[in-house]
Amino acid sequence: MTQATYKPAFMTGDEFSIPTFSVLNHDGAIYPDAQSPDLPRDKARHIYHAMLATRILDERMMAAQRQGRLSFYMQCTGEEASVIGATAALDDADMIMAQYREQGALMYRGFSFDEFMNQLFGNQLDYGKGRQMPVHYGSRKLHYMTISSPLATQIPQAAGYAYGQKLAGEGHCTLTFFGEGAASEGDFHAALNMASVHEVPVIFFCRNNGYAISTPAVEQFAADGIAPRAFGYRMHVIRVDGNDVLAVYEATRRAREIAVKDNKPVLIEAMTYRLAAHSSSDDPSGYRSKDEEEIWRLKDPILRMRKWLEQQNWWSEEEETDTQESLRREVLDTMKRAEKRPSPELDTLITDVYAEVTPALQRQYDALKAHIRCYPDAYPKGAQALGLDGDQQHKTGEQ
Amino acid sequence: MPTMNMLQAINNALDIAMAEDDKVLCFGEDVGVFGGVFRATSHLQEKYGRARCFNTPLVEQGIIGFANGLAAQGSVPVAEIQFADYIFPAFDQIVNETAKYRYRSGDLFNVGGLTIRTPYGGGIHGGLYHSQSPEAYFTHTPGLKVVVPRDPYQAKGLLLAAIRDPDPVIFFEPKRLYRASVGEVPEEDYQLPIGEAEIIKQGSDITLVGWGAQMEVIGKAVELAEEAGIACEVIDLRSLLPWDVETVADSVFKTGRLVVTHEAPLTGGFAGEIAAAIQERCFLYLESPIARVTGMDTPFPLALEKEYFPDHLKIFAAIQHSVNF
Ligand SMILES: Cc1ncc(C[n+]2csc(CCOP(=O)(O)OP(=O)(O)O)c2C)c(N)n1
Repeated sequence: MTQATYKPAFMTGDEFSIPTFSVLNHDGAIYPDAQSPDLPRDKARHIYHAMLATRILDERMMAAQRQGRLSFYMQCTGEEASVIGATAALDDADMIMAQYREQGALMYRGFSFDEFMNQLFGNQLDYGKGRQMPVHYGSRKLHYMTISSPLATQIPQAAGYAYGQKLAGEGHCTLTFFGEGAASEGDFHAALNMASVHEVPVIFFCRNNGYAISTPAVEQFAADGIAPRAFGYRMHVIRVDGNDVLAVYEATRRAREIAVKDNKPVLIEAMTYRLAAHSSSDDPSGYRSKDEEEIWRLKDPILRMRKWLEQQNWWSEEEETDTQESLRREVLDTMKRAEKRPSPELDTLITDVYAEVTPALQRQYDALKAHIRCYPDAYPKGAQALGLDGDQQHKTGEQ
Repeated sequence: MPTMNMLQAINNALDIAMAEDDKVLCFGEDVGVFGGVFRATSHLQEKYGRARCFNTPLVEQGIIGFANGLAAQGSVPVAEIQFADYIFPAFDQIVNETAKYRYRSGDLFNVGGLTIRTPYGGGIHGGLYHSQSPEAYFTHTPGLKVVVPRDPYQAKGLLLAAIRDPDPVIFFEPKRLYRASVGEVPEEDYQLPIGEAEIIKQGSDITLVGWGAQMEVIGKAVELAEEAGIACEVIDLRSLLPWDVETVADSVFKTGRLVVTHEAPLTGGFAGEIAAAIQERCFLYLESPIARVTGMDTPFPLALEKEYFPDHLKIFAAIQHSVNF
């Protein structure tokens, strides 16, 4: 209960600051006072492989976007350790509700390049049926909620999902990723409050990467980052070096224990940097300096982990070269396959709006089909889906 | 007269409004140094300082709530919502607060100075969350004004009118035309009236009504119709709330036929309001049912955007159907 005071002493929170938990230094060595987490060789290599694969996928897809093969893309460059380190600390059946820049989580859980590409190209095999923009992945099998573009909406949903998990009593939790920008939304505050009042096994994972499109963190919040907000909700919180995969892994592992064993929500703030542009539509040279980016390039999380692995004798120069090469080849091969696959069926226009197609939608669809038959040349995808091939198309067009 | 694209025209209008009155403020996500993700607010921070043109934290309900407070105080906020798809977190502030301030206080307070600018519409390969046309949610709300320009000339004149209007205005900008629509725009200050439709083309056989980005699509449909010997009268509504029912009704008295088009879904769309109001006034003059050419009753798709879109061929088909009824 509150304590009385007879002096008007205001507090601002500046009285204390939240430290950043680190394990690995920039040379890939463990800090003298730190302890290496218990991370077995195979798991460590799996994490590294996912980080590398994510980096290479991002590079190739960005290039593909520049060549006009892909309409849009978003990279996770610089943040691989945050996303993949956190995912590795979860049980594979824990739910992940991400924002959009977390392809690394799917990569770690085994989403195949084919699965990535089908979504990116919105073809017939895309689980989302070609309805959403690129990078809006989802996988029921891998417990990864389909991405929604409106920011922060997933954060209170994660609290709700996790509450359901608690009631189901299966010992699982939900982790939700979001940016420091999205943490300004009302949904974030609502989520923290709901979760702490209802004792929910949810991990709120903020990727504080310094920018929300062009808006730097100093114009996003006036306080010491996102972490102190946990105090207002009496929630466990930790801040980690987001470019240090071991720190992220260990912090998330412990957060999961608190969430699942004590049914308490936890907030993690990972301090990192968005090395690439916000998206393929963005040009960061308009709002930040190359020098600033260079400083962060030296803190590359992949390089740091690689140095650590090599010091353990768990990775070699030769493996690095071979792995990079085979990943690049695989990405290119899968991309070529995915590009050639046909568009989703025409009826995906009206399915899944409701559980059953309504009479109104059926009427609209029938009218659309009749219209496409009159003008097949104007709707190549629709015409193809209706089986109006070249010859027929011509004939119908002349009618 | 200089040539501008729609973004330049909007930027020019904001520049004029800010130069004229230091109560005018521009803010929103990425609006400051960067000039907005579409660059509508370029250089305004440089010119007018950070106190009058600034980035906000990423919170739409905060942006509009803050703007409501500013406007109640007597400032003239021009708030940007980065995409109309993201106006919904601010829905409560807009429909319960912005729209009702004057009414509920007996005019003790109002937020008439407020203008909300937001890019809307599809055809940019944006999928369901970067393509919506949410105008009908707002036209259902008394107390708001809803305006949609179709080209740079209109964008400048209507935006200046919106900023100076004594009521709050939501200004939907057709983002597909931001750079694509280019035209002559006077350098000086001018305003176009809010609430008045514009007859773009006279014709005797059928009336076509639309607004914003659909006006370009209607233009293409008219070319096809004229080739087929059908004389179209084309009306740009420009303002949806209030909307100019007289101009549309007068046209339908003459032509006896009406096609209304918008990108938003059919059911509950604004075309339904127009159809109802026109059949009430023109019932005995109508020679065919009023046709609506709109998006489907589904979210906006990505891969099959072309199929979904209320394009010129669908409008032409509706014109033919109406004329041959
Ligand atoms: C509700 C809502 N408002 C605005 C946007 C447009 N938008 C997309 S990403 C973005 C910036 C997000 O920044 P942050 O949350 O920090 O994540 P980061 O991109 O840095 O990973 C904005 C403003 C949106 N998608 N949803």
